[in-house]
Amino acid sequence: MSNSLDAYLILSGILFSIGTFGFLARRNAISMLMSIELMLNAVNLTIIAFAAFGAFGATAEGVSRGSVIALMVISVAAAEATVGLAIIIAIYRNRRTPLVDEYDAMRQ
Amino acid sequence: MFRVLVPILIAMAILGVVTGIAALMIVVLGQDWEDALLWILSAVMIGSALLVVTMRDIIRCGLAMIVCFGALAGIYVILGAPLIGAAQVIVYIGAISVLILFAIMLTQTKDAPRVLVFQTQSAAAAVASIIIAVVIALAVTATDWGELSRHLRLDTNVLSAELFTDPGNLLPFEVIGVLLLAAVIGGVFLAKREPGGPP
Repeated sequence: MSNSLDAYLILSGILFSIGTFGFLARRNAISMLMSIELMLNAVNLTIIAFAAFGAFGATAEGVSRGSVIALMVISVAAAEATVGLAIIIAIYRNRRTPLVDEYDAMRQ
Repeated sequence: MFRVLVPILIAMAILGVVTGIAALMIVVLGQDWEDALLWILSAVMIGSALLVVTMRDIIRCGLAMIVCFGALAGIYVILGAPLIGAAQVIVYIGAISVLILFAIMLTQTKDAPRVLVFQTQSAAAAVASIIIAVVIALAVTATDWGELSRHLRLDTNVLSAELFTDPGNLLPFEVIGVLLLAAVIGGVFLAKREPGGPP
């Protein structure tokens, strides 16, 4: 099983759908952010699996080409988490609630 | 005392069952260590990811997310990319999880509603995410990816040569640096308390 690409892809598909469920179903803004992190990790696992099984070229250079993309995704995810949490804290300071369905100032 | 011991006993029972299944797989089915480790790490990862999206107490969700990221780092190591696993541990467990735990502690008030952690559309969301998982699984199994029969290993020397000497990677590398700087400044600016504003 550890030498079949399908196993890793199905695993990351399951992780991605769990993240989708969390993003759609949770009311807390930070829970939604954690679900986004789960989905980003699923995508990263897909990239690494494809790279390890030779989708970017069946050499060591091909594997490292894919891994560079994964490293970039990790650093972009770090930036995204920073700004997202800062936005949530700024909204929380004004509205005094972390629940997204009470952020309705732009609807009125 | 008993109430404290129950979760620990449940966790040890689950761990024992998983380890027993893995030992059975090695002994009876004749699979190798990598397969057994992959099964264990996959079970831990999926289980803790489910805990992240379903548990009621959000700080426990954050701790379960750390377990999920750790298991995923182990899966990277099994895939032959230990450098990516190390980056996962450093960035996700060391930085992002701690950041999220801090944000949880800053935004959870005592009178926050402990019920109604789910939106009203959570049943529809569950159906939609199960459909997504099934569609992905069908697409993966039905497609011939033309992959290798066993996975390659990531060579860190080749990766560093690729990352630091290939001119095609120069622009993304610098852009990532500028993006991280902008994220730091923007985060500080957004979360800064304004003088005279609400506390």
